[in-house]
Amino acid sequence: MSDFKTAVKLSLPVLGAYWFLGVTYGLLASSMDYPFWVPLCMAILVYSGSAEFIALTILCSAFNPLSAVVMALMVGARHLFYGITMLDRYRGAGWRKPLLILWLTDETFAINYANKGSFVQQLWVSLLDYCYWISGGVMGYWLGSAMGERLLQYLDGLDFVVTAMFVAIFMDDYIRNRTTHISAWLGIGAAAVCLALFGPNQFIIPTMACILLALYVKYRKETR
Amino acid sequence: MNTTQQIITILFIAASTIATRALPFILFPSQKHTPRFVQFLGKYLASAVFGMLIIYCVKDVSFLSGNHGVPQVIGIAFCVLLHLWRKNMFLTIAGGTLFYMVIIHIIPMLY
Repeated sequence: MSDFKTAVKLSLPVLGAYWFLGVTYGLLASSMDYPFWVPLCMAILVYSGSAEFIALTILCSAFNPLSAVVMALMVGARHLFYGITMLDRYRGAGWRKPLLILWLTDETFAINYANKGSFVQQLWVSLLDYCYWISGGVMGYWLGSAMGERLLQYLDGLDFVVTAMFVAIFMDDYIRNRTTHISAWLGIGAAAVCLALFGPNQFIIPTMACILLALYVKYRKETR
Repeated sequence: MNTTQQIITILFIAASTIATRALPFILFPSQKHTPRFVQFLGKYLASAVFGMLIIYCVKDVSFLSGNHGVPQVIGIAFCVLLHLWRKNMFLTIAGGTLFYMVIIHIIPMLY
């Protein structure tokens, strides 16, 4: 099978997830009366769902670029972990490397990490995911302008596609890699505890700190 | 916020997001100079992140009120079992989502 065909097949779950999230994002932007270029430019330039949803509320409040930067850095901090994991994998990708880095989202990372494809295949997955996200946002905005938020009630429960995708990715990784079972449970445990302690908007950074600390302890034990 | 301010804000958010994606590659361009702990992280971090992302998906579920996150927990359990049974990622995602879309209409009837 060609790299492109494989990439289409691999990225199908992301199509479902991104169209659902993208349509929701476009609908929200149109319901907040933003001109079309706002959600479109953010989808193209920012390309990070969680940051874009928050940005929609920032853009209609008082001008404060510093707090916008802090928000984007906090929400995007998890990308650091994806970069560290893909350091070796994306080495030697040549001109494709900047694009692979620019398009490194949660879902693209998960798909490319799990499938160990060629650079061409990984770039196709990244590009396809990018197109799904932008097209989803555009569709949502148009649908929102045409028929309002009534549309969302027909899609009730479809948002679970994102959860199902991460569970599938988690399980796939869990079955494949016996040696990393300990960090899989560490991720779940640390995130659950930090969510209970810090609440839904502030638990990611503490979770990342806990994971780093625990893995450092493990590293010291193994290298001693 | 006027239009110019909105453009500036979007550019700042875009630059910050790109920075989070690019930083590891800028800091550690070659394997020779990558600290051994970072190489160690490259092996163990992904599994931890996948676990964290599952919790991230249920972060807005109220486990202490409403339906106590019962549909989400059942949906996730269904995905886990389906994946253990068939080991097919696409089947897990499609089957799990459809299952969830059905049970959120059934569970309220049981109360």
